[in-house]
Amino acid sequence: MTEQNPVNIEVREIEKANVLAEASRLHNEGYRLAQMCSTKVEDGYEMLYTFGKGYDLLHLRFTVVPGDKMDSISHVFPAAFFYENEIHDLFGVPVEFMTIDYHGGLYRTAEPTPFH
Amino acid sequence: MKMSKSPWLLHYDGSSCNGCDIEVLAATTPVYDVERFGVVNTGNPKHADIFLITGGVNDQNKEVVKQLYDQMPDPKVVVAIGICACDGGIFKECYNILGGADKVIPVDIYVPGCAARPEAIIDGVVKAVALLDQKREQMKAAESAEGGAEHD
Amino acid sequence: MSTRSVVPFGPHHPVLPEPIHIDLVLEDEKVVEAVPSIGFVHRGLEKLVEKKDFNEMVFVAERTCGICSYMHGMSYCAAVEHVMGVEIPERAKYLRTVWCELSRLHSHLLWLGLLADGFGFESLFMQAWRLREKILDMSEASTGGRLISSVNKIGGQRKDVDNAMLHSFVETLNQLEPEIRTMVRTFLEDSAVRSRLDGVGVLSKEKAHDLGAVGPFLRASGIPFDIRTTGYLAYGDIDFEPVTSSEGDSYARTAVRINEIFQSIDIIRQVVAKIPDGDVAVPVKGFPKGEYMMRVEQPRGEALYYVKANGTKFLERMRIRTPTFANIPPMLEMLKGCQLADVPMMVLTIDPCISCTER
Repeated sequence: MTEQNPVNIEVREIEKANVLAEASRLHNEGYRLAQMCSTKVEDGYEMLYTFGKGYDLLHLRFTVVPGDKMDSISHVFPAAFFYENEIHDLFGVPVEFMTIDYHGGLYRTAEPTPFH
Repeated sequence: MKMSKSPWLLHYDGSSCNGCDIEVLAATTPVYDVERFGVVNTGNPKHADIFLITGGVNDQNKEVVKQLYDQMPDPKVVVAIGICACDGGIFKECYNILGGADKVIPVDIYVPGCAARPEAIIDGVVKAVALLDQKREQMKAAESAEGGAEHD
Repeated sequence: MSTRSVVPFGPHHPVLPEPIHIDLVLEDEKVVEAVPSIGFVHRGLEKLVEKKDFNEMVFVAERTCGICSYMHGMSYCAAVEHVMGVEIPERAKYLRTVWCELSRLHSHLLWLGLLADGFGFESLFMQAWRLREKILDMSEASTGGRLISSVNKIGGQRKDVDNAMLHSFVETLNQLEPEIRTMVRTFLEDSAVRSRLDGVGVLSKEKAHDLGAVGPFLRASGIPFDIRTTGYLAYGDIDFEPVTSSEGDSYARTAVRINEIFQSIDIIRQVVAKIPDGDVAVPVKGFPKGEYMMRVEQPRGEALYYVKANGTKFLERMRIRTPTFANIPPMLEMLKGCQLADVPMMVLTIDPCISCTER
C-alpha cells in the first residue's frame, strides 16, 4: 500500500553540464523517459527529469540560471523533444540540439513564456 | 399547427475540459436523445443551423471559432454550453483564456453548468429552435420589405 | 520519386471531439511524416497555483479533463496528502477505488462508442453510450455529479456512500455485464469492424517501451505495465493482473480496453465485498511543505502528479504529466508509413485526451 510511496521523492542532484552524459548512462541501463518538469525558483529554473525502469522511478535535478541554455536529451530519449519544446515555450529556457525544434510554435500562448 | 424545421447542430470545443463536449454527445445518444426533435449532429458548418460551443476561447482558437461561425448560413443561433463558454468559468484567470465565447462571436443562448447536464443542453437547443424560427421570420420580413422575390 | 504533399488533419475534424492539428506529409497516400501542433485547448491551469490555494486547486485539478475528472482530483489530493503526511482512512481508500473504476468503465465505454463512430458504425456508437449512461447514473447517485463529482478533498472524501448503495451498484453491474458482452462481440468478431482494426497501426514492443507509451497503448504491445499493481489506494488488497495483448495493432488496443471493462467490474465486486466501515476523511491542519510525485493508472494510462510546496497556502508548482502527453511521441512514430485513410482510426486508438495533454 502506501509503504511504496515515501513522503518525499528521492532526487539525485547533478550538474547541468552532465545532463547528456547522465541521460546516456540511464539509457544504457534500460531506463525510459517518464517526464521532464521545470519549476521557477529564485535563482533560475529547476529541472526535474524522471526516468522509469519497470515500476522504479529515478529523478535527476539541476538548475539553469536565467539566460543560460541547456542541452537537449532528445537524441538519447526521442520522446524528450515534446517535453523540451514545452519547457522552451512555457518557461523560455532555450534548449539546444532538439531533434524536432518547434522554435516556440508548439503552444503559441497569448502571453509568450507565461511561466518565465 | 405550426411546425419548426429540424435544425442541424455543429459542435466545437473551444478550450473545454471535455466535460461539456461529452455531455453534448451524450445528449444525442439514447436516454437523452435530442435527435427525437429532428436535431442532427453534423461536422460541416455549411450544413449547420445551431452552433454549440463549449469552453472559453483563447488566442489560438478564436480564428477557428470565427471561421466556423462565418461559414454557417443565415439564420443561425449560437448556444454557449457550460460556464466556461459563458464567461470563462474556473479558467477565467488563466493566462491563455480570453473569456467566454461571446468575446469572439455573438452568443444567443447561455447554458450554465459545470459540466452542463444533458437536460440543460436539450433545454438550450429547444430554445435555440424557437429563436431560429423567429430569426427566419425576421429575415423573410426584411426580404419582402425590400421586395426581393429571388429568395422565395 | 512521387511528389510530397501536406494534408492538414484537424483542428476541427468529424472524428475528433477535441481539437488537435496534425500536418500529414504524404507520398501518394502514404504518410511519411506527422507533425502535430497543439495549443487549441491550452488554458495554463498549472499556473493557477499562484492564484488559488491548495484546497481550491482540487477543483481545478478535477477540471483538467472532464472524462477522467475523478481520477485527476483524486491524484492531486493523494499527492498533497503524501506531502503533508496525511494517511486517509481505509474506507476512503476503498471508496476512491470504486469511483476510480467507475470512471474507467465510463471512459472505456465512451471510447468504444467514439471508435465505432470513427469507422462509421453509428448504431454501435449508440449502444456503447446507452450502456455508459448506467455507469453515469451510479456516479450521480453516489457523488451528485455525472462527470465532475467534486467529491475529493485533501484528507479523504466529502461524502460517504452507504453499503446498501454499493451493493446495489454490484447488482447493476451484474446485470450490465452480459449486455456489455453482447455489445463488444461486434467489436471483437465482426469482419467489417476487424477489417478496419486488424494490423492497422502496429507499434512494436521495443518502440512502445523506448518512446514512453503508457496505458492500454503500451499493454497492447505486450508490456504488462499497470501502475495499479503498485498497490496505491485499495489495489494492494485486490486480486487482478494487467491486461495485455501481444499484437500491438488497433485491434489489440481495442481488445485490451474491452477486457479492462470486465476487469474493472470484477475489481468493484471485490472492493465492495471487502470495504471496511469507518470514517471517510481525516481533518487536515497546516500547509504542505515538501514535494511528491504521485503515480496513478488512469483510463488512458499512467499519470504523474508532481507537487512542490513551500509551507504556504499556495503551492510552488503543480505539474501534471498526463497519459496522452506521453503517448503522442509513439503515436507519431506509428503514423509513419500508414495509409491516409487509416489515420483517424490510429489517432483514435490511443484514446487521445487533448484537454489533458495541453492543460
